[in-house]
Amino acid sequence: MLTTSEKEQIEKEIRQVPVKKAACIEALKIVQDHRRWVSDEGIQDVADILEMSTEEVDSIATFYNLIFRQPVGRHIILLCDSISCYVMGYKELHQQIVQLLGIQYGQTTLDGRFTLLPNPCLGTCDHAPALMVDHDLYRDLRKEELENILAKYT
Amino acid sequence: MERPLTQHITFPPLDLRAYEAVGGYQSVRKALKDMAPGDITALLKESNMKGRGGAGFSTGMKWSFVPMNVSGPKYLVANADEMEPGTFKDRWLLEGNPHQLIEGMIVSAYAIQATESFVFLRWAYKVAAVEIHKAIKEAYAAGYLGKNILGTDFSLDMHLHTGVGRYMCGEETALLNSLEGKRATPRAKPPFPQVSGLFGKPTIVNNVETLCYIPHIINNGAAWFQSLSHTNDGGTKIYGVSGRVKKPGAWELPMGVTMRELIEEHAGGMQDGYKFRGVLPGGASTDFLVEEHMDIKMDFAGVAAAGSRLGTGTMVVLDDRTCPVGFVHNLEHFFAQESCGFCTPCREGLPWTEKLLLAIEQGEGREEDLAMLASHAKMMGPGNTFCALAPGAMEPLQSALKYFRDDFEQHIREKRCPYHA
Repeated sequence: MLTTSEKEQIEKEIRQVPVKKAACIEALKIVQDHRRWVSDEGIQDVADILEMSTEEVDSIATFYNLIFRQPVGRHIILLCDSISCYVMGYKELHQQIVQLLGIQYGQTTLDGRFTLLPNPCLGTCDHAPALMVDHDLYRDLRKEELENILAKYT
Repeated sequence: MERPLTQHITFPPLDLRAYEAVGGYQSVRKALKDMAPGDITALLKESNMKGRGGAGFSTGMKWSFVPMNVSGPKYLVANADEMEPGTFKDRWLLEGNPHQLIEGMIVSAYAIQATESFVFLRWAYKVAAVEIHKAIKEAYAAGYLGKNILGTDFSLDMHLHTGVGRYMCGEETALLNSLEGKRATPRAKPPFPQVSGLFGKPTIVNNVETLCYIPHIINNGAAWFQSLSHTNDGGTKIYGVSGRVKKPGAWELPMGVTMRELIEEHAGGMQDGYKFRGVLPGGASTDFLVEEHMDIKMDFAGVAAAGSRLGTGTMVVLDDRTCPVGFVHNLEHFFAQESCGFCTPCREGLPWTEKLLLAIEQGEGREEDLAMLASHAKMMGPGNTFCALAPGAMEPLQSALKYFRDDFEQHIREKRCPYHA
């Protein structure tokens, strides 16, 4: 069930669009903001309030790589794996993260602290290689810096 | 040298008062009070402004397709979904001077008589999101947005929409589907968005850099715009270089500077111990250019004559210590992942090329794979797919097969990647 706060936020979005369905992505973002990911129940909740089928909502949710349909950790690491970062050696960063956290792409640490995901170009190619942790962007990275960066997130 | 787009970029950006103090929002006064909407479109046509998003289509021409004598809503959308790998120019404009974008959007919306406008921003641009949100609020408070702007009959609302990923959102019709809350799959054209776009209403989608230029053209005119450039394509352009160069970065320069000037002068040349082998001149979906093209002029016609596209104008350099096969595999992995899956050649063909390239890179390639890759490049070329994603993906592949064929053959012959000794 949607919480009061989720419901209020989604209803505000519905008022801004000509048809209810058009608020689908915003609604998914709101549910994810509150619950960190969108479960089957979350899909049902969004479908109910927008008067859509669960299948249709799920087809939208699973299309977008930043709507999470599986549980994620408290912090999300998005490692840029696109071309400039490839040239500048993102693979070394990847190996180092795997070594430090013991997880592969798509996995979450056992303590629920980090989820590691690859991400297309972060648009900071003149400072490659780069990654984001939650909302924070790190650029011109050397693998030696990773341990201290990750230590900031508990 | 004039740098209209970037002259007032600061971090953090100028607030509304400071922006006004350097002449900001003058073009809104001029346009709304002294110009008819049609005058603005005519001025854009006269200036020969070509869209900075990659396709290089005439902005004035695009606007002129919007029906003017219809009632009901019309929309203007700023495409700030900068996701072309290797591209980082719009981030600079968005983070460094959001009011310039808003000013350009107000004037553009007036030209097509739009009633509502959106900034479609990619998720990753967190700083830009904060700054744009702040700037829109300031613009409302100052009366540049909302009802009866500057006491005229013109009213405009503006919203910031942040996306949830997917490269496809950069394609304008897919972007509109996403704004409607749907999957970002492209739409059939015609009808073009200018006639039937967002929620079936007339809509213009323009790139951030294009929209940021509008105030300057209004203030200074078409002849001035032309005079900034070295070539027939007017204006300045934000160029960028990334890869193993000494000073990667972005610069606003006259349209038509040479590739040599960009790489050797502005980017400082190659890093010590690295040699230049090739470059994607305008993002991941452009054909490679090589040493022999160093002196071409980087405008739409110049890059096209050399067999590639100006694209976004931000280039990625391939050096002699990076494997060209691995480089192209990285690109095709990206395109295969980002295919929306709507049309068969793209959905099936891109993963196939990705697998072939990986096999070759890992020393498991066969001689006939090269012919297969070439055939894919043809089958997914222009006209064979629903949108431009797969044809774009084939550009670096087909040109790599041409310029770096020896590397591909060596991988297959020696059954290993010679770059990973």
